[in-house]
Amino acid sequence: MVRIVSLALLMAAWFIGSQLAGPRMLPDPQAVALMIVEEARSGALAFNLGATLARVAVAFALAMALGSALGLAMGRYRIVDRLGDPWLVVLLNLPALVIIVLAYVWAGLTETAAIAAVALNKLPIATVTVREGARSLDRGLDEMAQVFGMSAWTRMRHIVLPQLAPYLAAAARSGLSLVWKIVLIVELLGRPNGVGFEIGVAFQLFDVTKILTYALAFVAVMLVIETFLVQPLERHVSRWRPKAA
Amino acid sequence: MSRAGALKRLKVDVRQKSFQSASGGTLHVIRGLAFSLQSGEVGALVGPSGCGKTTLLRIIAGLDPDYEGSVALPDHGRLGFVFQEPRLLPWRTLEQNVRLAAPGASDATLTALFHTLGLETHRNLFPGELSLGLARRVALARALAVEPDLLLLDEPFVSLDDALAARLREELAELVSFRPVTTLLVTHNIDEAIGLADRLFLLSESPAHVLAEVPIPRPRVKRSAADLATLRAEIAGKLSQA
Ligand SMILES: Nc1ncnc2c1ncn2[C@@H]1O[C@H](COP(=O)(O)OP(=O)(O)O)[C@@H](O)[C@H]1O
Ligand SMILES: [Mg+2]
Repeated sequence: MVRIVSLALLMAAWFIGSQLAGPRMLPDPQAVALMIVEEARSGALAFNLGATLARVAVAFALAMALGSALGLAMGRYRIVDRLGDPWLVVLLNLPALVIIVLAYVWAGLTETAAIAAVALNKLPIATVTVREGARSLDRGLDEMAQVFGMSAWTRMRHIVLPQLAPYLAAAARSGLSLVWKIVLIVELLGRPNGVGFEIGVAFQLFDVTKILTYALAFVAVMLVIETFLVQPLERHVSRWRPKAA
Repeated sequence: MSRAGALKRLKVDVRQKSFQSASGGTLHVIRGLAFSLQSGEVGALVGPSGCGKTTLLRIIAGLDPDYEGSVALPDHGRLGFVFQEPRLLPWRTLEQNVRLAAPGASDATLTALFHTLGLETHRNLFPGELSLGLARRVALARALAVEPDLLLLDEPFVSLDDALAARLREELAELVSFRPVTTLLVTHNIDEAIGLADRLFLLSESPAHVLAEVPIPRPRVKRSAADLATLRAEIAGKLSQA
């Protein structure tokens, strides 16, 4: 209920803003809605959303997989932590733009360079989050697993992963929003399609309606993913927790 | 399974075990602690809190290799360990907790275990939904489900009320008499040790060593109050001599 009121307020503010600023600076919600329909009809919306979504998915999966493995190793083994930490600090503090530009310079304006750049931007944050989780793994449960001779697979699946789940969820959630923002920049700078590319074109034509069209459509897609994928998954992995009163 | 012969027994000889404290000092926890148990025997280590009982069990279980001395486990060396805290996986049900530790246990074995320990109706609960007494039972069920060659129990009944502790003790005695297993019980409660064990090892203050060994006549279930009183007096005598 509160959410709906809040959303209605946002729309109202947008509408009033568009009346004050004029349609060139800020088109009203209706104009954007019409354009969304139009782009959807022509197929351009689906094509560009699909291209961007595919990049988001691949870069996200890559960064999460590598980041989780690295974070787990760093959290568990001091030597890996010592070795990896300086790299992590460098990557964490390198601006996204620098990574992207360097990737394009070194690997050309290719799909591989684009995805690698996005994944590299996300990687250190996922690593740090999962490392935090790995550091807080329960030693007592490890000993229990050792005494009972549990297999490596059993330990990973039933002891380590459930403890890491909240950290993985946090990394995934913050990661998803970060990755899609960086994918847009990567597309703007060096890809011939995708939401970022379209927004770049619209920027050159000063077409604010089109910018909002693509931005909103993509935010909507991400919201759907968050609501129907991330949240149910989180509920599933935390089902054993006693319900808060 | 035949369980006779020299290799079937537990033989422990910890010459020295110490910890480095954070301030750089050395804390000697165990010095010259040796004892052995015959196959199928239940031994009880009785000693004051903080004397190094948990440390010793961890050494026997192979969790702490940093000590001087030797430990010879019974053949096969399959361990069942009931830790001082239940150490259950909070995100798995009771049944899953037991099955993960004992993937080879048959349904019949588990059902019998759950039955004896009064856990049948709780199979599908998560540990967070259990009282400490029930959690202790699950930990016991898990250790027994692996059909261990050596069962290690670290103060399994501590911080339960007396009645509950007594019931659990009886259940354990019953389970161990079904299928004899070499058992080492650690406790600071002499009555508990007398109630369960065939052989008591009285431990000193830290650095721990064996002060006296007290064999307890069988059958362990049929001891009268008078017998127990005699035993207790004997033990008190040995403790005061030491
Ligand atoms: N990992 C450790 N590091 C340093 N000191 C320890 C460690 N584990 C146990 N101790 C010390 O060793 C002594 C014996 O501990 P413990 O074996 O747990 O005693 P008990 O089980 O007999 O109560 C205690 O003084 C305890 O503080
Ligand atoms: Mg202890």
